[in-house]
Amino acid sequence: MATTDQEVNELIKREYEHGFVTDIESDTFEPGLNEDVIARLSGIKKEPEWMLAWRLKAYRRWQEMDEPNWAHVGYPKIDYNSISYYSAPKRKEDMPQSLDEVDPELLKTYEKLGIPLHEREKLAGVAVDAVFDSVSVATTFKEPLAKAGVIFCSISEAIRDYPELVQKYLGSVVPHGDNFFAGLNSAVFSDGTFVYVPKGVRCPMELSTYFRINAANTGQFERTLIIADEGSYVSYLEGCTAPMRDENQLHAAVVELVALDDAQIKYSTVQNWYPGDENGKGGIFNFVTKRGACIGKNSKISWTQVETGSAVTWKYPSCVLRGDNSVGEFYSVALTHNHQQADTGTKMIHLGKNTSSTIISKGISAGKSSNAYRGLVKFGPGAEGARNFTQCDSLLIGDRCGAHTFPYIESKNKSAIVEHEATTSKVSDEQMFLCRQRGIDPEQAVSMIVNGFCKEVFKELPMEFAVEAGKLLEVSLEGSVG
Amino acid sequence: MLSIKNLHASVEGKEILKGINLEIKAGEVHAIMGPNGSGKSTLSQVLAGNEAFEITEGEITLNGENLLELETEERAREGIFLAFQYPVEIPGVSNLQFLRTAVNAMRHHKGEAEMNAAEFMKLAKEVSKQVDLDPAFLKRGVNEGFSGGEKKRNEIMQALLLQPKLAILDETDSGLDIDALQVVSNGVNALRAEDRAILMVTHYQRLLNHIVPDHVHVLAGGKIVKSGGRELALELEERGYGWLGIKDEEEAAANSAN
Repeated sequence: MATTDQEVNELIKREYEHGFVTDIESDTFEPGLNEDVIARLSGIKKEPEWMLAWRLKAYRRWQEMDEPNWAHVGYPKIDYNSISYYSAPKRKEDMPQSLDEVDPELLKTYEKLGIPLHEREKLAGVAVDAVFDSVSVATTFKEPLAKAGVIFCSISEAIRDYPELVQKYLGSVVPHGDNFFAGLNSAVFSDGTFVYVPKGVRCPMELSTYFRINAANTGQFERTLIIADEGSYVSYLEGCTAPMRDENQLHAAVVELVALDDAQIKYSTVQNWYPGDENGKGGIFNFVTKRGACIGKNSKISWTQVETGSAVTWKYPSCVLRGDNSVGEFYSVALTHNHQQADTGTKMIHLGKNTSSTIISKGISAGKSSNAYRGLVKFGPGAEGARNFTQCDSLLIGDRCGAHTFPYIESKNKSAIVEHEATTSKVSDEQMFLCRQRGIDPEQAVSMIVNGFCKEVFKELPMEFAVEAGKLLEVSLEGSVG
Repeated sequence: MLSIKNLHASVEGKEILKGINLEIKAGEVHAIMGPNGSGKSTLSQVLAGNEAFEITEGEITLNGENLLELETEERAREGIFLAFQYPVEIPGVSNLQFLRTAVNAMRHHKGEAEMNAAEFMKLAKEVSKQVDLDPAFLKRGVNEGFSGGEKKRNEIMQALLLQPKLAILDETDSGLDIDALQVVSNGVNALRAEDRAILMVTHYQRLLNHIVPDHVHVLAGGKIVKSGGRELALELEERGYGWLGIKDEEEAAANSAN
């Protein structure tokens, strides 16, 4: 039977599609991190003084913090002084006013990635904020969104144009001292997306940010802040890719979501950072803090993630369910292969009454990879009648990979109910034989089996991205059958 | 159509098939009978190209083409179909999606246009009725939560959809009650055609009351020890395998334990 396992392993070898480098002139900082670098970064972005003070406070705090080592991952020590903390394509003094002013080389890059920035094109129903290395290069559909009262812009613009909102909410969900990587991000974040949906407004289109790392030896530290005011709704998508490089690159983002009374935020990620080559060389270190606060009653935050990239992933999109009757959801597909390592999951913190949360996690491990689910479900003393349902399924492809599940449950309220289900299965030789006996190509068979395994999560994705996610898995599993 | 010459096959170093010779012509129905452990299922698996088995000697040709050079999926596309004894589950993949993928793989191979979802749905509904399966089955995961009888009917339904040249039925009667046996048999009889051969592997003769074979072969110890017509099966039923000097492995094991 070993022969078939071997074959399956052949199948999951893949080419990384987005590994090209855009040849563009950039302004890039010398590697290194100190207070002067932060001041220079803040200066380039023409930030108000309070922002610089905020960054410096975070930086001082970060210097006292230790890098976390509890995750089920291993990677060489990162020298934070060998990273450049800012890189941006050269351009005129001001932000381009329209797409016509955006460097055609950049537009081509996004075309090639399948994200056309020209409005009225393929993704006509989706507004895109394109972040290239450290800066946002274009944001589409700003006008129709503005008509609806929705603010959708880069975080740099928001700091200048909407200081009250930013000051009120930035760091309110993920404070400086939350963790090492969040601290670093707070000090050096370069750009990212800001969304504000006013009271009672249902955002008229999907919003999305496409993150692209291009420059070598730089880190990407983006910051996203989404605020859904009372009774509003927004669906937001995030996509990410990077060139193939032999060196590891650090991506340490922070995403904060705030949902007020009766508001809903749906946040979807299709993460396809460069995972490194088949020997585990290169790839992105994806150390990300994502958290949403349901501060209002009856509010809801839903995370859906499809994680196929990165050399190492350390990421736990979480919900703090403060408002009574608030709902948190986490749907995740994490695929690892070759030498990829993922330690991902969620935290559901129940504080309000009758809060409920659902966790559906699907981990797929192939090659020599390691895939861990780590999740915390916590009930505070006030979480009367709260409940959680957790389902963690692992699928193994081949026999050299590993899957681990680390569920933590803490309850300070006796009325809280927790249900937990976990399964581990394998793409079996029998399944492969059945498919092939029916004339189906082995690649197609693996992809069909894996897609079937992920079905519960894919159906949570907005339609455009469900198709993309399915294809992404197909590409991820595509290989060279001998 | 199918020609097997001096076929030897082993699994994990243990020889199971020890020189099988068999000729099957188009339009014929052959039954392979034999006690447990005689190599019946191995023969089915080897014909379909299961790589767990190693062919150490001999040849298999389908209409003159060397089957041993073809991958499992290529053999399937050339018209070899195996109805599994224990069909495996594929959770989350709907039967409909699975079947359409299979049918389209075959159509693609023949240079025919693929069927779209609507066309296929119509066809699948018709065929599901032939084996008395509620079309709601099409939406469920492949074999997921199916009863034994449902799994077997699902296998026959696939044969009807894929219209193979050679249908191999591995213990299709096992685990079926009388009603289900009748339904499955009707399905198999509907498969009978002048340009198609059927190879049934079975432990018991009762299936052959419903699907009457043209030829019956007795497999024992990895070899065909006797061939005959329909009457051979009846004689076996009456007199048991012991009549041919063969011991059922279970019996043998039970005896040696005594």
